[in-house]
Amino acid sequence: MNMRQVFADTVQDVMTSDPRVVVVLAEISRDAFRPSPRVVNVGIREQAMVGVGGGLALSGLRPVVHSYAPFLVERPFEQIKLDFGHQDVGGVFVSIGGSYDDPAWGRTHQAPGDVALFDTLPGWRIFVPGHPGEVADIVRGALAADDRVYIRLSLRENSVAYPVIEGFTEVRRGRAGIVIAVGPVLDSVLAATEGVDVTVLYATSVRPFDGEGLRAAVARGQRADVLLVEPYLEGTSAWLVDEALADVPHRLRALGVRRDAELRAYGTAEDHDSAHDLDVLGIAAAVRRMFR
Amino acid sequence: MAVASELGYADIPALFQRMTGDEKHEWAAASTLHVLWVLYDRVLDVSPDRADDPDRDRFLLSKGHGPMAYYAVLAAKGFIEPSTLDSWTEFDSPLGQHPDRVLVPGVEIGSGSLGHGMPIGVGVAVGLRLQGRTSRVVVLVGDAELDEGSNHEAIALAGRLGLDNFTVVVVDNESGTHGWPGGVAARFAVEGWETSTVDGRDEDALYSAFTTGHVGRPLAVVARISADREENR
Repeated sequence: MNMRQVFADTVQDVMTSDPRVVVVLAEISRDAFRPSPRVVNVGIREQAMVGVGGGLALSGLRPVVHSYAPFLVERPFEQIKLDFGHQDVGGVFVSIGGSYDDPAWGRTHQAPGDVALFDTLPGWRIFVPGHPGEVADIVRGALAADDRVYIRLSLRENSVAYPVIEGFTEVRRGRAGIVIAVGPVLDSVLAATEGVDVTVLYATSVRPFDGEGLRAAVARGQRADVLLVEPYLEGTSAWLVDEALADVPHRLRALGVRRDAELRAYGTAEDHDSAHDLDVLGIAAAVRRMFR
Repeated sequence: MAVASELGYADIPALFQRMTGDEKHEWAAASTLHVLWVLYDRVLDVSPDRADDPDRDRFLLSKGHGPMAYYAVLAAKGFIEPSTLDSWTEFDSPLGQHPDRVLVPGVEIGSGSLGHGMPIGVGVAVGLRLQGRTSRVVVLVGDAELDEGSNHEAIALAGRLGLDNFTVVVVDNESGTHGWPGGVAARFAVEGWETSTVDGRDEDALYSAFTTGHVGRPLAVVARISADREENR
């Protein structure tokens, strides 16, 4: 079962016992939810989708707002800023599509900047699951709370699920430095660091950023060298790594979707991993340069 | 922050002058004043001591620019202390050039960027309906604000959802550059709304428009403000 279906099933399961939960859609995923008065499909109207979500929250409900990432985050971004943040209400935003889950659709359906955009707004918790088995706990936790949460779902996934915790999970321990793997890039990071004496930290919960966990990992090793590998815009969390290590002389290299040019190419997600050095070869090359 | 004694319409000019700080009769030119007064005095089921009551009516000022009339009415109705008006827009005042719901009791949304109130209002109306509450939601927009496409998403959606607990009042002083050939009301009527167009300074006509039955459909009231009278300040 993919992440989207786990998300939809979990939300509908919670809805049977929590009358606060209401879903707002803009056509996308309409067939993943059973018809219900509490599943509101507004049509292809993303500004209204987010505004309606904010209004539902103002009425005392817990809205789940869901669409494909560029149409959930980028098109109605001012609505996210004002209709949730400025109104001081909470909601659960859930995207699918990731940075380039299906690159045959081209740039219009890619949103590598989504997490960076949320970083411009205060008060959002952000989750980037790397396996469908991590999604249910994230969704249940978000629905039970009152705050603003963004959950970034993808078709890309690791081979195994990890328990969902706040902050980093230490997957491997080494001395030469630290590699941070966010969500679905973990398998590639583990393959690329095979036999290298580094600590690998895995994160599904990326905001708030676990600066304390990073400092503790640095203290356990010998060098404060950090390779940050994220499935979205390169360097999205670099400022938080720097902030966490402000008192420690350190090196930082960030891998992610490149910022310097729009990649006008179709093909597969794996093709795009290669183009952005987010495949095993690309990550391994960065690991060699940094830690050997 | 609520005050015990309620002021009346006759106090509005004095309340206005606490913000404008001069003898100008700006209050008389405020296009929203009569609409706001009729709503707060005769239509809405709201009061300062019920600002958190889930069954209160909701008034959402979407056109947040030029909020003096709104603040004056809120002060007259006891939501804010009249003395608060004296220091409006200062650093630590709760009252800015655009209202903020977090800072002002009785203000239901923070507004200022146009085109947000109507979609939010649809969400509030849907949410109240889902909870079985009978309170009504009234959103005030300007005719130029209707330029923003988000409104038209909301107009179509509210019509299709048959939101009969939802009212939009359009204060129409023909301030939009490109205008609305055929009239503002037509934009709502074609989407299945009940509509009426009235003189925006005729309080009885406004009251009648706001209390017209509209079973199974949302209500749009177009409050026309004639340019002539605005210039006669």
